[in-house]
Amino acid sequence: MNKEIFTKPLFKGNPISVLVLGICSALAVTVQLEGALVMALSVTFVTAFSSLIISLMRNTIPNRIRIIVQLVVVAMFVILIDQVLKAFAYQVSKQLSVYIGLIITNCIIMGRIEAFALGNKPFASFVDGIANGLGYGIILVIVAFFRELFGSGTILGYQIIPQNWYIANGGFYENNGLMILPPMALILLGCVIWVQRAIQKDLQEK
Amino acid sequence: MADYISLFIKSIFVDNMVFAFFLGMCSYLAVSKSVKTATGLGLAVIFVLAVTVPINFLLNKYILQPGALAWLGEAYANVDLSFLSYIVFIAVIACFVQIVEMVVEKFAPALYASLGIFLPLIAVNCAILGGSLFMQERGYANIGEAFTFGLGSGVGWFLAIVAIAAIREKLAYSDVPKPLRGLGISFIITGLMGIAFMSFMGIQL
Repeated sequence: MNKEIFTKPLFKGNPISVLVLGICSALAVTVQLEGALVMALSVTFVTAFSSLIISLMRNTIPNRIRIIVQLVVVAMFVILIDQVLKAFAYQVSKQLSVYIGLIITNCIIMGRIEAFALGNKPFASFVDGIANGLGYGIILVIVAFFRELFGSGTILGYQIIPQNWYIANGGFYENNGLMILPPMALILLGCVIWVQRAIQKDLQEK
Repeated sequence: MADYISLFIKSIFVDNMVFAFFLGMCSYLAVSKSVKTATGLGLAVIFVLAVTVPINFLLNKYILQPGALAWLGEAYANVDLSFLSYIVFIAVIACFVQIVEMVVEKFAPALYASLGIFLPLIAVNCAILGGSLFMQERGYANIGEAFTFGLGSGVGWFLAIVAIAAIREKLAYSDVPKPLRGLGISFIITGLMGIAFMSFMGIQL
């Protein structure tokens, strides 16, 4: 058990920007910061606990059907999250729509189970799951922060850009409508990767 | 008939799986380095989507949705099993992919050799599960619509991956800033392609 397991996924081995896992949901839920936070927490929960369970069962799962076993374990936790969100945060659950269900096929979870939990002790797998969920969350929060700030002028629903700046109120400012459209998420993520690779030179591709 | 055609066109271009919903991004980025492999994976996705969406449509209609079990008798008319849909859908997809893999391996070894490695990957491609979940959320009326939607989304995904693969092959010769090479520039190009596909939005069919 070393610190590396926890710190690596946060920056140097970030699941999104370095390993390219779990992009699908990362982009769709980043229009608002709130949705991104809920999604990050849900993914952290599912990754941590499914890694733990699979790691406990790793010596008894037959190799040929392991994908189906893993999917069933993951699906169980996702149903749990989905039902809790529907009960206690209905608006957020509506906003995230199918992307909660798609956590099942989020490659981070399967990727960590395949690459880590199948070969390591339960506690290490649990920590690895949490760290990867958080690494995923960091990128989500960065992208959602800029999209919400420039796209809607708010952070977590609170108005940040002063109202009298807007052209409608006689000012000079207008929200950038492109920010809340899907393509901008991809471009922003491209820029995040650009910045990260400029700092961490050994990640650059030839 | 016109309805089916417009649904087909709509699911290819307007509701494109990659550009409008970011589904299947992982394999989209990982397997788009050459046009040949991208074509193989794209075809496999079309096939699996076109089959699993109608199967899941039937399961949803006759087993999962509220009141779906009415055909079993009065006592079951109020049963709502929709909370089980994730687990049922993913099990159907995983089993189907496994069956396809075995059938193809036995009867078309050549196809298996070219497609083989991609088939297991497809079980965890979010475009496939996404297809079934969108089918459920949008409530398509009959199995024909579900099939058209599945096929159309598959074709849309196929177009997207083949297009990006072709661009990335050309990109090898261009002078991209070092930190942006590979992954970064692929994201930005996908974003630009997404903006291009947005021009299909608002088309009335």
